[in-house]
Amino acid sequence: MILFLEQLLNGLQYGVMLFLLAAGLTLIFGIMGVINLAHGSLYMVGAFAGTWVATQADSFWPGIPAALLIAGLVGLVVEATVIRKLYARDHLDQVLATFALILIFNQLIVLIFGRQPIFTPLPEVFYGSIEIIPGLFYPPYRLMIISVGLLVAVGLYFLINRTRIGMLVRAGSTHREMVRALGVDVRLLYTVVFGLGALLAGLAGYMTGPILAVQVGMGEEILLATFVVVVIGGVGSIKGAFVAGIGLGVVDTMLRAFLPTILRGFMAPSDADALGSSISSMGIFLLMAIVLLIRPKGLFAAGG
Amino acid sequence: MKLTSVMKASVLAAFASAAPALAEDAVKIGVITTLSGPAGYLGQDVRDGLQLAIDMEGGKLGGVPVELVVEDDGLKPGNGRQIADKFMNDEGMTLLTGIIFSNVAGATVPEIVDNGAIYISPNAGPSNLAGKGCHENYFVVSWQNDALHEAAGAAAKKLGYTNAMALAPNYQAGKDAIEGFKRTFEGEVSEIYTQLGQTDYSAEMAQIRSVDPEVVFQFHPGGMGIAFLRQYQQAGLLGNIPMVLSEPSTDAVVLNAVGDAAIGITATAHWNYDFDNESNKAFVAAWNETYDRPITYYASQGYDTGLLIASALRETGGVDDIDALREAIRKADFDSVRGEFAFGPNQHPVHNWYQLDIVAGDDGKPVAVTKEVLLENYGDAYAAQCEM
Repeated sequence: MILFLEQLLNGLQYGVMLFLLAAGLTLIFGIMGVINLAHGSLYMVGAFAGTWVATQADSFWPGIPAALLIAGLVGLVVEATVIRKLYARDHLDQVLATFALILIFNQLIVLIFGRQPIFTPLPEVFYGSIEIIPGLFYPPYRLMIISVGLLVAVGLYFLINRTRIGMLVRAGSTHREMVRALGVDVRLLYTVVFGLGALLAGLAGYMTGPILAVQVGMGEEILLATFVVVVIGGVGSIKGAFVAGIGLGVVDTMLRAFLPTILRGFMAPSDADALGSSISSMGIFLLMAIVLLIRPKGLFAAGG
Repeated sequence: MKLTSVMKASVLAAFASAAPALAEDAVKIGVITTLSGPAGYLGQDVRDGLQLAIDMEGGKLGGVPVELVVEDDGLKPGNGRQIADKFMNDEGMTLLTGIIFSNVAGATVPEIVDNGAIYISPNAGPSNLAGKGCHENYFVVSWQNDALHEAAGAAAKKLGYTNAMALAPNYQAGKDAIEGFKRTFEGEVSEIYTQLGQTDYSAEMAQIRSVDPEVVFQFHPGGMGIAFLRQYQQAGLLGNIPMVLSEPSTDAVVLNAVGDAAIGITATAHWNYDFDNESNKAFVAAWNETYDRPITYYASQGYDTGLLIASALRETGGVDDIDALREAIRKADFDSVRGEFAFGPNQHPVHNWYQLDIVAGDDGKPVAVTKEVLLENYGDAYAAQCEM
């Protein structure tokens, strides 16, 4: 039972991370119709920028605003120089151009920081693990990631549902032409949304620093899972990204944790391990296939 | 920040392109290596180690002027093969080296040796090329892949552990790692396979805690290993369940990125920067003077490759007579930075493996300190299958 709860928390934490990335991606995809493969690069930029500032300042905290600011700024620049030219193009052009961005960003990072992965300090307060309920020890840093992710989710909910800009975003994702016809400055709206997405990606990148490796190409590792979240959740829907992100995080973690053990009950251990790890690596894609069979536009497709 | 070194590099590049005539009649050595992507530092270190050996001899190896021609394979077997074809057919090179990864080597090495050229591996030593697939033109300076993990198994056994948990990604090198560990550990091993490219290991941490083995062995190359070690610490397992690692998991770059989450781990290696021999002291001093980044065992292998080529060229004076060159290389008449070195019957190394302890250095950062010899004059499990 304790193990189950721990794995549930692990799934939640992974899901929250996926949500932070997918939220930006789904907005960009849903509102502007751009497939942005370079979203992972913004995640990497956030991680490197935040880590660099944290190392210079010898403290974890200044890294957070730095990661947000720099990832956001880089996002704005990328939108203004590259993405803006892609709105009217078809998806193939977008994929090609944003894939080129991945290569460019990776090489820039190599030039500036070198090829070696860099170290992100973990604040002293987060060392060790705390006992949440008797017998369940959990790293406090992961608890912080969960809380930050949930805070961002609440914040985005209010932004999208309670503010004027949120209204435009919602309208933009369902009735793009009408919004334009009503005289809204769509270009500005697009820039703001892209910047917001970049900001969230940068936050996710920096927060994973102390857990993962901050290195060239780190964005591509998580990009695939992020796209699966966007597709399952429904393109353009923040709510969908949240539900699908948490859902995928939990399903993926649970499969990895328990499937081999369950299979071991009725087959040889080595077969069980091999089969278990193969099925769990397919898990999120199986889930995507099932969801798409039932709801071809995803769980909460905007305007669907 | 590396901005200054970027500037230095671009200045150097400008000079280099201004003086191409210098190396006009130099022997060209083809270097196919991995420079892009997260694993790019491996190829960078092999290349720079090799270049260092050349620079220390003033642009020569064994008295013969040499020039490195380096190309990035991008960790793609197809690219490696293409580059090899280009080097041999278009540029007429007969001496190639540099490949980092076994999958690239598997596609490229047979092509090179079947073409009559000589290939010296500075890193990858896949099992299929060590046994029945061995070839007289194929030399390995580094190690046979399995031996890396056999050393870790030997260390765990020597420390008196009887049951272990072994974790590795679910792909060929991961399975080989666990097999290699089991071969010398001989105790009870429970296995967990992770996914290649996995970033979150919290599920595995929870399992380790619930099984509570005497010792943990894990093999996760590059960034995966960094993530694994940091999460091991954050889960409160570091210090409670000891960990024994094979060489790729504890190179100086990984230790730097992992920080104090590596302190207390038992590592194994065939080379360490603190080895007390003349050749190694000269190498370490020259490296620290030339580069402002940690010295890794990849760099040592690149450097050893340079010394080996130098020893052969000193005897032959060039690369025109392949038979003479092969004979000269086979003698391995050079002072390896790892100490004693000889080629086994399959032209893979026979050398010592050591136990290292990861401790806190003066600045609190983790460093590897050599403890003792684990396996003496150790070859590999495939040498007997090789017929040359």
